[in-house]
Amino acid sequence: MTAPVFSAVLGRDLRLAARRRVDALLPLAFFAVAVSLFPLGVGPEPNTLRQIAPGVLWVCALLAAMLSVTQLYAGDQVDGSLEQMMLAGGAGTLAALPVAIAKAVSHWLLTGLPLVLIAPLFGVMFDLSGRSIGALCASLVLGTPILSLLGGLGAALTLGVRNGGVLLILLIVPLCIPALIFGSGAVSAVESSASARGHFSLLGALFIATGLLAPIATAAALRIATE
Amino acid sequence: MTDAAVIMAATGLACRRGERVLFRGLDLDVRPGQIVWVRGANGRGKTSLLRLLAGLARPEAGRIERDAQRERVYIGHSNALKDDLTVAESLRFLTRLHGFDTSAEALDAALRRFGLHSRRAAPVRTLSQGQRRRVALARLCTAPAAALWLLDEPFDALDTEGVDALNTVLSEHAARGGSTLLTSHVPLTLTSLAPITLQLNEAVAA
Repeated sequence: MTAPVFSAVLGRDLRLAARRRVDALLPLAFFAVAVSLFPLGVGPEPNTLRQIAPGVLWVCALLAAMLSVTQLYAGDQVDGSLEQMMLAGGAGTLAALPVAIAKAVSHWLLTGLPLVLIAPLFGVMFDLSGRSIGALCASLVLGTPILSLLGGLGAALTLGVRNGGVLLILLIVPLCIPALIFGSGAVSAVESSASARGHFSLLGALFIATGLLAPIATAAALRIATE
Repeated sequence: MTDAAVIMAATGLACRRGERVLFRGLDLDVRPGQIVWVRGANGRGKTSLLRLLAGLARPEAGRIERDAQRERVYIGHSNALKDDLTVAESLRFLTRLHGFDTSAEALDAALRRFGLHSRRAAPVRTLSQGQRRRVALARLCTAPAAALWLLDEPFDALDTEGVDALNTVLSEHAARGGSTLLTSHVPLTLTSLAPITLQLNEAVAA
């Protein structure tokens, strides 16, 4: 029963994104613009830029993910699709679990993955070494799914709330701080020729814990929001 | 469940919206081939009752027993369509979501029933309200034969032709032994439907 819900929702979301390419590209454009502002504001000193690069890239990735996640469930709730998805998931508290997972996966494919792919370009702009750029991509591969999962939770919790977007950022950004610290920490460690293994292990652990818990919490929040 | 022929039975159902109790002590059973017309003035809890029966909300009191083998199809006020998808894609998505038959023939036949076959490649954005309603209702034709249909104002926005199509689909469904629970503020026009009327009484303050 759950397999068709997951694949049907994921397939539809990707198709919708393909129909609205401009909307799908906005988070990426936001990331590019925000990251590009830092060299202009801070000044073109290569050492300074190298030093701030991991933090800047990670913070901008986090904000891009949060901005794009606010509408994850809102449209589907307004037009009744969300009800249908939950009914298809069966009765019970966790009826929305396949929907929650499908939405997080589609959000990651549409914002997380593109961020991972264009991050090297911005790493070069900040004059990061090849190894640091590799670490940046690896940290984003592990970290952006955490942002999508937590963002989905925030979107479900703020469903139907006025100014939900602002509330979502206030609720969820604190939860993203560990991912931000270990993600940018991993890149900084590689940049200063130290071992990044600890950072990556913690980031991986965070990913697993979020992957296990966030969809359940999201499903419960969706259940409350549609009742 | 005591009676094997009962598809869904509700006993002592109560529903609360905020401070208002919409109804309480509501008993209801649905048998194969029945069409139950839920009536009541605006705000009496028709939609809330359907949502309870569909499993989208939990009742304040009472319990609902359902035949687990039977599929339920719930079509609410909103049509669950996306402006950017085409008619065929929308129907395919909704059908696939519930694990019903998504073969091209089944989807084509469903669209034909509601006179939408020629518009199957049109984006939902370009459809009128009545046509959107028809797409939502076409999903009924892809559901398994004996499913229980829960329809909230299915006649909304439909023209005479659409009403006729829905009436035919409803009576065929009943003839096959399928059951329907529907709300409608307009009287049902097809006499052969012979609906059982369920009147929701006065709302009571908490």
